[in-house]
Amino acid sequence: MTQRTIARPAPARSAAVPIRPHRWWRDPWRKPRILQAVTWAYLVWSLVPLTIAIAISFNGSRSNSVLHGFSLQWWWSDPEDSLWHDPELHAALFQSLRLGITTVLIAVPLGVAFALGIDRWHGRPATGATFLMLLSFVLPEIVLGISLFLVFQHLLKFIELGTTAQILGLVTYQISYPFIIVRARLLTIGKQYEEAATDLGARPRQAIRRVLLPLLYPAIFASAALVFADTIDDFVTVKYLSGPATSEPLSVKIYNFTRAEPTPAVNAAATFLLLTTTFAIVLGYFAYRRATRGQRTGGVSDFANV
Amino acid sequence: MQKASEPTRRSRRRADRVAREGIQYPRWYWPSFALPGILWLLILFVLPLYTVVSIAFGTVDPIFRGPLPVYQPWWWSAEHFGETLGKVFGIFEPVYVHTFVYVVVASAICLVLGYAVAYYVARFGGRHKGLLLVLLISPFWISYLMRMLAWINLLDNDGYINRFLMFVHLVNHPIGWLEGRPLTVIMGLVYGYIPYMILPLFGFLDRIDASLLESGRDLGGSPVSTFWRVTLPLSKPGILAGVIIVSLPMFGDYYTNNLLSGSPRTTMIGNLIDEAYSTTGQGGEMASLVIILMVLLIVPMLYYLRSTRRTAEAT
Repeated sequence: MTQRTIARPAPARSAAVPIRPHRWWRDPWRKPRILQAVTWAYLVWSLVPLTIAIAISFNGSRSNSVLHGFSLQWWWSDPEDSLWHDPELHAALFQSLRLGITTVLIAVPLGVAFALGIDRWHGRPATGATFLMLLSFVLPEIVLGISLFLVFQHLLKFIELGTTAQILGLVTYQISYPFIIVRARLLTIGKQYEEAATDLGARPRQAIRRVLLPLLYPAIFASAALVFADTIDDFVTVKYLSGPATSEPLSVKIYNFTRAEPTPAVNAAATFLLLTTTFAIVLGYFAYRRATRGQRTGGVSDFANV
Repeated sequence: MQKASEPTRRSRRRADRVAREGIQYPRWYWPSFALPGILWLLILFVLPLYTVVSIAFGTVDPIFRGPLPVYQPWWWSAEHFGETLGKVFGIFEPVYVHTFVYVVVASAICLVLGYAVAYYVARFGGRHKGLLLVLLISPFWISYLMRMLAWINLLDNDGYINRFLMFVHLVNHPIGWLEGRPLTVIMGLVYGYIPYMILPLFGFLDRIDASLLESGRDLGGSPVSTFWRVTLPLSKPGILAGVIIVSLPMFGDYYTNNLLSGSPRTTMIGNLIDEAYSTTGQGGEMASLVIILMVLLIVPMLYYLRSTRRTAEAT
């Protein structure tokens, strides 16, 4: 084998420049083949399992590891075990949406107002408040979940575990997103637009409502989409603050079912969450596009980076 | 609203003042914006953390054997906390050790793999950059549960991974991937958290001016030395941010382990806390474990907060 390779006359194209592996390696302008391979392998590794999980939600059998044909039984048609007809999953689905929407409605205004206030209020209390806010962002979620559980058990006993406690907890965990996103935007906007508005005779409140707020819309929409998506998927804080089983949203049910005996209905539930968050992100993206109309932006990548 | 457009005497006077000394707001004006958020955090963030401390240093209810919080620091007792601390250096020690090992190994894999991917997309993404970026960040809005579920489906005894391994005759009977294997847990951690590594790295790598790299090469640097002496130092803040963002939640993670292993062999710190939560009468131990976790993480957390403040000031 090797004999023959050596005996064969070199091909005409490179009699003078024998192609050897290390030559390709030494070429400083070579294409980054290895990096390219790593990146594509990473993408396959990260996305193929999800595709399979989605496919399994349409499985024709009870198995949730092997596909047997296509059916909608786990979504709809099975009268007992499907996502829509299983009473537990059905109730959980609406609980998820309820928690997601309420949390956005509370956390986003709170976070935006906080960012505005902190951005213009220079003083020691403001620094302390920022520190607290960012601390709530980096603390592992289990710490927050457990401490909220303990406070509702021992100190704020008038708040029972259940929907109210869940919303209070989720808002506490999510409030830092709008704060971080909006403050970053405030720093890039600067003060000149507001000053121009007041120069033209606007009162401070008008300057905020008619000039500053519209400039902040992109950040507000982006953070609302993010908070919604993250709330819908949350199962740590929510689990610790759940009261009766009826207050558990879809994410907690998926977690419990996965550990017990999962059917493809669990995959259907997870896929439903995926569709809901994708919908929220797409909605947020279009709102973002509308709000940044006429400005120079990098489109998707900008939205991703806020 | 209408009045503002026609300059009255008052508005003109105010405009003059603005031109002279910037916008004047009443002193309470901006603090009042932040006030609701501050109150919220005080009641639902600081107070809960204080409750955790009061329970960890509290006493035991003599009748129900449940934890009894003590809110006055001068009456604190070290009963629970001392007991838990004794366990940490006793029966819980292996848990802390392998949590540490898992997190370090998983973060290292996240860093190496994430760096390669972020570097490729930032430098050579070309016209596919937008698409690649969307694919890279898509796991952000895909639920963590969904992503773990996907691997549970694949790694099942009957799942496609085992089927493939048996098909190519690498193994003769299915491997119990989900039966308490550290390898599976580490893979799950990497899979779960690597997007949080890629994004900050991409942010820093994408900002590096290509002309800096070109001049490095023009001055005779090989690709490798240009990377070591230009790219790597410039992306250092991204590396630090990524490593901290990824490893902090890993230390508090219990669900990856519960879902992909569920065996006491791979128990992590988060699992200890979660188990104490599900057992009645373990409130004191749970609170103490939470405090120990926070103490362990306080240095990286403070470092991260400081570095983000500095970047915020720099921009």
